[in-house]
Amino acid sequence: MKSILKVKNLTMNFGGLRALHNLNISINKKEIAALIGPNGAGKTTFFNCITGIYKPSNGDILISPKGNNEKINGLKPNIITKKGLARTFQNIRLFTSMTALENIMVGCHCVTKAGVIGAILNNKSTKAEERLIIEKSYFILKELGLEIYVNELVTSLPYGAQKRLEIARALATEPFLLLLDEPAAGLNPQETNELDELILKIREQNDISILLIEHDMKLVMSLSDNIHVVDYGKKIGEGTPKEIRNNPAVIKAYLGEEVV
Amino acid sequence: MTIKNQIKKSFLVSLWFMFLTFPILVIQVNTVENVIKWRWLNMIGVGIGSFFLSILWRYMLEKRPEKGKQTKKYQLFFLNNILHEKKIFFPVIILLSLFVLCFPYIFSMYQTNIMISALIYVMMGLGLNIVIGLAGLLDLGYVAFFAVGAYSYALLNYHYGLIFWIALPLGGILALIFGVILGYPVLRLRGDYLAIVTLGFGEIIRLVLENWNDFSFGPSGISNIPKPCFLGIDLSLQGTTKYLFYIIVGMVALTIFVTNRLQNSRIGRAWIALKDDEIACQAMGINKGKTKLRAFGLGAMWAGMGGVIFAAKTTFINPASFTIWESVIILCTVVLGGMGSITGVVLGALLLILLPEYLRAFSEFRMIIFGAVLVLMMVFRPGGIIKNVRRIYKFDPILEKNSVKNEVNS
Ligand SMILES: Nc1ncnc2c1ncn2[C@@H]1O[C@H](COP(=O)(O)OP(=O)(O)OP(=O)(O)O)[C@@H](O)[C@H]1O
Ligand SMILES: [Mg+2]
Repeated sequence: MKSILKVKNLTMNFGGLRALHNLNISINKKEIAALIGPNGAGKTTFFNCITGIYKPSNGDILISPKGNNEKINGLKPNIITKKGLARTFQNIRLFTSMTALENIMVGCHCVTKAGVIGAILNNKSTKAEERLIIEKSYFILKELGLEIYVNELVTSLPYGAQKRLEIARALATEPFLLLLDEPAAGLNPQETNELDELILKIREQNDISILLIEHDMKLVMSLSDNIHVVDYGKKIGEGTPKEIRNNPAVIKAYLGEEVV
Repeated sequence: MTIKNQIKKSFLVSLWFMFLTFPILVIQVNTVENVIKWRWLNMIGVGIGSFFLSILWRYMLEKRPEKGKQTKKYQLFFLNNILHEKKIFFPVIILLSLFVLCFPYIFSMYQTNIMISALIYVMMGLGLNIVIGLAGLLDLGYVAFFAVGAYSYALLNYHYGLIFWIALPLGGILALIFGVILGYPVLRLRGDYLAIVTLGFGEIIRLVLENWNDFSFGPSGISNIPKPCFLGIDLSLQGTTKYLFYIIVGMVALTIFVTNRLQNSRIGRAWIALKDDEIACQAMGINKGKTKLRAFGLGAMWAGMGGVIFAAKTTFINPASFTIWESVIILCTVVLGGMGSITGVVLGALLLILLPEYLRAFSEFRMIIFGAVLVLMMVFRPGGIIKNVRRIYKFDPILEKNSVKNEVNS
């Protein structure tokens, strides 16, 4: 298996607080991996570090979508997105004054290039590109079953649809690795089941890897090829769902001392 | 809240008002005859008046659309729908342009002159709309770019005899450059901080113009700025006014055209994304700095060109024309009209500039009315007169992918 993301000794300090401590994680091509851990373990911080929102205090983040390792730590978030890492947020962060379709169209920004002059003249190439953006966005919208909301303002969408729209928007940036921060949080059981299928479908159709943070263990166990467990910023376990389920350190972190 | 409760509260409000206005409206001391006149009727008037106003206020607040439902209700607002219906849209545009073309022939020169100033504000409002309405950058020093435009025409003409038609694009470009120069250091700032820094920048430009005598002739300003000439022919005073009117109409049309194209483009969507959520915007691969600079520069450009036209219209400029107050008025036109909405900003600017001109009789109350209108707007229509409506994309369900219909409306 070829790895497309390698994180080596990642450390992140917030003042005196060490949110991440020498974390090593590697993600393989076309793999669905999960990052789990108790509240405040540093999972979201990990996402923020590899997507450039935080500059890690120490360590290396390497991507190799085409086999050649490239260091991306310290780069700006927009550059990292361009390189093929797309993410969703734990708290929904959609563009609230735009419609569902337009949110995805914004996602197409980094794979298109019309400039100010093009926009004003609306020449042939701009028109063609705009058309392409619309078609592609609508296609993604349909893929995630959101086409009925196409022209709705996102604020009027139900919660579950908003969560899916965030995934759709991330997909529009054409990533090779999709990072999902608690995609099932706040969904009802039926929606969670649909999400399960959706994530598998996304992997197949887009041929990408997915790393998800999730507290819903049923979803994690059924989806993941590989699970990474962190606690207090340190990695305490890694393996297949079966291995993780029987890992004493993980059980201890989740259930406390007494049970073991 | 129950009706009884409301009435009780309104009653208390009216009592409070009676108490507050007691010293000025009830007691009248005649210092000549040393007698006190008690005007109890005034008190009753204030009491009843404030009671009913309070009831009305409460009623309106109750009726105000809920936050969640707001968007739907606003979309149903008739003006928006009318403007988006093609059958109505085109005749309206044709009638409007006919009216505008005939305007200087129907109305007096005085009216035309007022209209020219109003249209200069429309142009600047539309420019500021890019910065505030689309990109969400609160710029309180916008008038600085207006000054840059005006002074670039005045000075270039004074020193090098540059004519209006060359100064117009040049003033725009200079303002654009200034916009980018200002934008650069404030890239990291947002919201209040940005407002303060831009405010400072506006004042710096004004103070420099006021004190750098060798460069800008200080507070005495520059006079005898030529009006634009038409194919080398010198027109009569009336002729130049008409000519200037058509120039500014043309410029406003150009501004509307360009901002409309921009707001529904890749660039425009990036601006709105930046306004809505900076972090998510970057996570979409949008270069935050570049996007902000574009907004600053393109917004400033229109102010610069407005400045050139302003200098040509008044033939005299001095730093007193470019105070913070101008920035505030332009900002109000955008907020009042509806942030991000082109029709709204045009309407807002016309209302804000024309109404005070025609309501000279109430000029003492101008500021009170101004303030009251703004407060009422913020309470009842926070989106402005015309709220920005997003473009609708129509998809044919049968032919699907290959026939994306792109309804043009904005
Ligand atoms: N910007 C910040 N400044 C200071 N401390 C931070 C910052 N961001 C996160 N932290 C701290 O880092 C630790 C890890 O937070 P993080 O949000 O990554 O947890 P998490 O694993 O995502 O938790 P949850 O499951 O609740 O989402 C917490 O103690 C948090 O308070
Ligand atoms: Mg988290």
